[in-house]
Amino acid sequence: MTKYILKRIGISLVTVFVLVSVVFFLARLMPGGPFNDPKLSATARENLNAYYGFDKPVLEQYLQYLNNLIHGNFGFSTKYPSRTVNSLLSGAFPYSADLGIRALCLAVSFGLVFGIISALNRGNKLDLFFVIIAVIGTSVPDFIMGALLQHFFGVKWGLLPIAEYKGFKYTILPSIGLGFYTMASVSRIMRASMLEVVQQDYIKTARSKGISKFRVTWKHQIRNAIMPVVTMMGPTVAAVLTGTFVIESLFAIPGMGKYYVESVQNNDYSLILGMTAFYGAFLVFCNMIVDILYGVIDPRIRIAGK
Amino acid sequence: MAKNILEIKNLEFSFHTYGGVVKSVRDVSFNVREGEILGIVGESGCGKSVTSQCILRLNPEPPGFFEGGSIKYKGEEITTKSDREMRKIRGVEIGFIFQDPMTSLNPTMTIGKQIEEIFVGRGGISKKEIKERALEILKLVGINEPERRYKQYPHELSGGMKQRVMIAIALVGKPSIIIADEPTTSLDVTIEAQILDLLKELREKMNTSIILITHDLGVIAKMCDRVLVMYGGKVAEKGTVEEIFYETAHPYTAGLIKSIATLDTSKDQKLVPIDGTPPDLFAPPKGCPFAARCEFAMEICYEAQPENYQLTKEHMCACWLQHEYAPKVDIMRRETKEVQQ
Amino acid sequence: MSENRVEITKDKFRIVGKNLEKMESITRPSLTFWQEAWRRIRGNRAAFISLILLIVYGLLAIFAPMFSKYGFDQQDAYAMSQSFSAAHWMGTDSLGRDLWVRVWMGARVSLTIGLLAAVLNTVIGTVLGGFCGYYGGKLDMIVMRIIDVIYGIPSLIVCILVMVVLGSGVQSLIIAMVIVGWTGTCRFTRGEVYRLKEQEFVLAARVMGEPVFTIIMREIVPNIMGLLITNLAMAIPSAIFQEAFLSYIGLGISPPQASWGVLAKEGTRMLKVAPHMLYVPAFFICTTVLALNQLGNGLRDAFDPRLRGTE
Repeated sequence: MTKYILKRIGISLVTVFVLVSVVFFLARLMPGGPFNDPKLSATARENLNAYYGFDKPVLEQYLQYLNNLIHGNFGFSTKYPSRTVNSLLSGAFPYSADLGIRALCLAVSFGLVFGIISALNRGNKLDLFFVIIAVIGTSVPDFIMGALLQHFFGVKWGLLPIAEYKGFKYTILPSIGLGFYTMASVSRIMRASMLEVVQQDYIKTARSKGISKFRVTWKHQIRNAIMPVVTMMGPTVAAVLTGTFVIESLFAIPGMGKYYVESVQNNDYSLILGMTAFYGAFLVFCNMIVDILYGVIDPRIRIAGK
Repeated sequence: MAKNILEIKNLEFSFHTYGGVVKSVRDVSFNVREGEILGIVGESGCGKSVTSQCILRLNPEPPGFFEGGSIKYKGEEITTKSDREMRKIRGVEIGFIFQDPMTSLNPTMTIGKQIEEIFVGRGGISKKEIKERALEILKLVGINEPERRYKQYPHELSGGMKQRVMIAIALVGKPSIIIADEPTTSLDVTIEAQILDLLKELREKMNTSIILITHDLGVIAKMCDRVLVMYGGKVAEKGTVEEIFYETAHPYTAGLIKSIATLDTSKDQKLVPIDGTPPDLFAPPKGCPFAARCEFAMEICYEAQPENYQLTKEHMCACWLQHEYAPKVDIMRRETKEVQQ
Repeated sequence: MSENRVEITKDKFRIVGKNLEKMESITRPSLTFWQEAWRRIRGNRAAFISLILLIVYGLLAIFAPMFSKYGFDQQDAYAMSQSFSAAHWMGTDSLGRDLWVRVWMGARVSLTIGLLAAVLNTVIGTVLGGFCGYYGGKLDMIVMRIIDVIYGIPSLIVCILVMVVLGSGVQSLIIAMVIVGWTGTCRFTRGEVYRLKEQEFVLAARVMGEPVFTIIMREIVPNIMGLLITNLAMAIPSAIFQEAFLSYIGLGISPPQASWGVLAKEGTRMLKVAPHMLYVPAFFICTTVLALNQLGNGLRDAFDPRLRGTE
């Protein structure tokens, strides 16, 4: 298993490295480039120069850039020269993380439960109900879901607040909007997995031992059915975290996503690039954690077979 | 004469499917005695697995259901028991060894836990005792280093070892009957010999009855006291192992024996396969299920199902050839090969 | 056995022997792979309805704007943000543009992007995956590492990066989505080719001297064609979602050009005042994705050889 973990870490490091390098070279590729924009204020140009070192040869610039990154310095905003990516991150990151975690917990827990109930009641009304929810959930993009939730629960019926993030009530609609698609997806996969597992031979073996139906379902069926769901957790986490972009815009939550979207809309290139490097690296890191976790849970990987 | 421990009479079991009702078991009757090894032989799809799983109610019900007949274990009727009641029988009164050891063990549970599971929910035995029994049984089935294997996961064991674990699971509850569904089909020959010897040993030591399901006549000859030959969901022939091999009465059994080579087969005897395929169970033929593939088939065979003719105390044959009107034929006749010059 | 008693007479005991033709007669006419699949799709109501729906949408996308009296960017200050009416079937947006026309112009863009991106991804993925799976070795290793890296970077981030550099517009969007999307199909095809190339029919082809490209195209690809098509059907909805998302955050298509993502964005802004502006594009996005998912499921069931003969 150590081999597995090391491999995961290795690939992740390479990925991050490639990502930040791509970001760097992209900065130079942009037509006209943001850094040559005559409208740049003097301070901005000074900052950029200090950060990227334009007058130096490319290789040196690259190394300086990498050096910056390792020291946690992600760059400056062009629109607001006095703001650094770091300052934005420290303020905004907790909001995004909170929203993301809530949405994930909601999505995974409800998704699993719905999937299990669906599979155990295959064919009857309960199953149909959850399958329909899952189908709807995977057909509606998260920003539309968010907007609709906002409109109905917030504006029309006035039940829940729809802007900012000041207390528990504020987190409800955004979390649901963000997590709904994932919940539907998890529920679908869990249901399919449960139905596939129940056909496996070891389920019959379990029944032949005379143990209770509950135990067969819990220890044999669910425990094995959950594996495919865990493998998809990596991309799921990424999807939820990128989904925060739009949800934060919609619900006026001062998280990273909102700033990211704003910077895109303002063509604040250096901010975009800096945040991309950070965001991307963070997501790669999350993916890596999930992959490692999977290796720990599945005994076939945890203990390498003969 | 040993008592009957299991009595099956006119068992009929079917499945609801998209295409209609499939009659897997169409009228099967047999008994199992204490301490005997009963073999059930037949092609894939003849109903032998479904029949054996009926005994423990392991077939999924729906879509499966009992259309008729009875199964009595130690006098108690099985077909009407609830799932709760069946749990008292599964694992501790009757054990089951499944065919494919590679897929019959839960990959996410240790071997030890999977063996000990038999005792979950049953009182009267302490945790320490349970573990002792598990280790004991691992040793009994011939697994070295039981302490180490106890903590391992299925994927860390070889095929032969996995099958031994399956046997251990079937045995640890000290059942009176073990049903072994093709226990050695997916193993290689040397391991097969060991496993079969192990089963025989268990019968000697613990007087356990064994229902051995296989399609391999060699295994039947080596292991069984009595034999049941199934075809198309029905019993074609049953009797002692000597009667089946040396006084073969049913053309299907004869066909099976003729298609394999034995030490007695001479060089110029042809090996005769049985042409054709098993009947479509969606629309079973109204006559004898084997008629279309039988070289001795008569008109009556296509029109009506044969009666069960009792030839000796143990020997039964369901074939129109046993009727007084039928001509006398040698169903074991083989052609000799043309010897090439 | 209670059945009509058959008369047992001596003459019925003549030996007549086997009757294998009766046995082997196939009660169903045998169908080719494609006929069988088509038959199953037709039987699957959800998938069939979805197919019809998609064809209808496609036709409307092509023809509806042509027959409308409004242009897609024709503004009308006297008819702003109106809901459904006889003059404007789907209402108007905040600048007085007819939504019916914009929806179908948007459909052209979104559906084309979805289809094109998915097709390109599939083709590139299949070809590359085919060669990797067949040859293995260095090529395989390099491509797989590349895939690991691309797979590790969230696709949206890559899309955003590419869009930032290339600017917005249909072309750059498609390029961005293709750069990210070919990996899935490639991995899948590689796995399948790897599995199939050891099988005997491929060995037979090689022995007969068929060149590699022919082997891949004639022997292997038809075997995975079914799964590829299913893959394609499932890839289109994700492409549509991506386009909608990117347009929503301002990186995709920009107004006045219409795409469903753009319309959704405008709709969310005007949700309080003119909710129909969101409902309309949302309805079409959702129904299209729904239809594609159902069709994809249906196709997967249709091509699954294990289900053969169960009906």
